[in-house]
Amino acid sequence: MTDPGTTETGTIERRSPLDAVHRAAGASFTDFAGWQMPVRYSSDLAEHHAVRTHSGLFDLSHMGEIIVVGPEAALSLDYALAGKLSAIAEGQAKYSLLLDRDGGVIDDLVVYRTGEDRYMVVANAANREVVAKELRDRTSPFETDVFDESDDIALIALQGPDALEVLQQAPGFGMQGPGNDEEDFVTGLERLKYYRAIAAEYEGEPVLVARTGYTGEDGFELYVAPDLAPRLWDALRETGGPRVVPCGLASRDTLRLEAGMPLYGHELSRDILPVQAGLGRVVALTKEGDFVGREAVEQGPAADAPVLVGLAAEGRRAARADYEVYDGEGADAARVGVVTSGALSPTLGHPVAMALVAPDAAEIGRGLFVDVRGTRVAASVVPLPFYKRQA
Amino acid sequence: MTDQTALQYTEEHEWVRVDGDTLTIGITDYAAEKLGDVVYVDLPAVGSKITAGAVVGEIESTKSVGELFAPVDGEVVEANQAVVDSPELVNSDPFGEGWLIKVAAAGLPKLLSHDEYRALTGE
Repeated sequence: MTDPGTTETGTIERRSPLDAVHRAAGASFTDFAGWQMPVRYSSDLAEHHAVRTHSGLFDLSHMGEIIVVGPEAALSLDYALAGKLSAIAEGQAKYSLLLDRDGGVIDDLVVYRTGEDRYMVVANAANREVVAKELRDRTSPFETDVFDESDDIALIALQGPDALEVLQQAPGFGMQGPGNDEEDFVTGLERLKYYRAIAAEYEGEPVLVARTGYTGEDGFELYVAPDLAPRLWDALRETGGPRVVPCGLASRDTLRLEAGMPLYGHELSRDILPVQAGLGRVVALTKEGDFVGREAVEQGPAADAPVLVGLAAEGRRAARADYEVYDGEGADAARVGVVTSGALSPTLGHPVAMALVAPDAAEIGRGLFVDVRGTRVAASVVPLPFYKRQA
Repeated sequence: MTDQTALQYTEEHEWVRVDGDTLTIGITDYAAEKLGDVVYVDLPAVGSKITAGAVVGEIESTKSVGELFAPVDGEVVEANQAVVDSPELVNSDPFGEGWLIKVAAAGLPKLLSHDEYRALTGE
C-alpha cells in the first residue's frame, strides 16, 4: 500500500500552544491548513464514541479569531456578513457566512457579541487571512476597527453529554467581575443556553465560555490566552478522568458529518450559494440595507444548480469526498452529482455521505449510486442530520 | 509476538513472510498507524492471479483508503476471513492475526530487510 501520510504544504508549519501536551500524550499529527494538529491520540473510533457517550477534549487553537470593535461594529457586520449581527444580544453567538459579490461562500463563521460595540468572529484556519482582509475592507467606511487576534487566543472544546458536569467540577473557574465565585460559575454554566457565551475566569485570567460546538452533542468551547491553555487542558483531563478523552481531528470530522454540519472546502465553497447547502436561513434577506452578496442571493441559483443532500448506504464501503454520484448502476447512467464528505458512520454503523446533486435527484428516498473506486454502491437520499442527540 | 526482524518488507509498507513458495502478506504497524482505525478490508478471491505492482485489495479506515499492492506475481491461495470480519485486527495485530493474504509466488521479488524498512520509515 502507499503511504497514506498527510499532505505537505511546503509552507511554514504552525504549532498549537498545546503542542507539547499532545506530543507527551503520543498523538499522531496531521497538516491542517498549515498547522500541525493532532489527528488522533490512539483510536479515532474510540475518540468518536467517547464524545457520543461521555466527553471529548479538542484542541482547536488553529481556528482564527478576529475582533471587530467600534461604535459601528454591529452596523458594519450587517453589511459585511450574511446574517443580521446587530440583532444578537451581548453574550449571544450566531452562525454566519462571509459571502462574495456573487453570493458564493468565502467562509462560514461563528460570531460572538462580546460587548455592545465588540464582536469576535471565529473563522476556519485556512481562511483566517482572507476573512480578516475582507472584514477590514468591508468595514473601512464604518467607525470600526478589525484586529486579527488569532495568535493570542487558544481554543479548547469540551464536547459530549458529560461536558457540563466536568466543567462544573473543574477547579479554578469563576465568573468575571467582583464578588463572583465558583458557585456563580456553576450556576452560570447550568443556565447557559446553546449559542450563548459567558465571560468567565480561569485562575484569574479571562476565558470566554461558549455553549457551542461542532459535534452534534452538548458542549462548550473555551477561548483562552495561549499560555493558559496547557493548564486548562490538564485540569479538564484530571477533573474528568476517564470521562474526558482527548480527541483529534479525525473524530471531529466523523462527528460533524453525522451531525450534518458543513465543512468549508467540502460542502461550502465560493462556487455555491448558501441556499444550495441548505443554509438559506442563515442569510438575513429581511434585514435593512445592502450587504455583500445580497443581489446574487436574491437572484438565487440557476434552476438546475446542485443542492446538498444526505446519502445513506448499506454495507461498509464508504463514499468519500469527490466520488461521483449517478442515477443508475449501468455505464449509461447519468452523473447527477458529487460527494462532498463521507465515511462509515461510527455511531450508525453504515456509510453516510453528504453530496451536491441535481435538484431533480434530491428528493428524500431517491435511490442513487456512488462510484466507489469503480464499483457502483447503492445509496438513498435521506434527511440531514444523520444523527441527532436525544434531548 | 511476531519476530519482525524475520520478515521482509516493501516500500509500500507491506510485510512479507517467506515460507518456501508461499508468501504471507500484511501491512506494517507504521501503515496501520497512519491509516487510523481500519473499518473495512477488501481482499482478492482465493485462486485469483496477481501481478507484481497491481492493486489487489483495499484497507479502509474512517479517514482514508489504503491500497494493497501485490509484491510479487502469483496466485492467491488464502485470504484472511478473520480480518474481513474484524478489520480492527489490522490495527491490533498487524504482523500476526491481521495478516491479509497468502500467495503462491512465481519467484521471489527483491524485498527490504527489517533494518532497511525501519530506515525508510525513520523509526
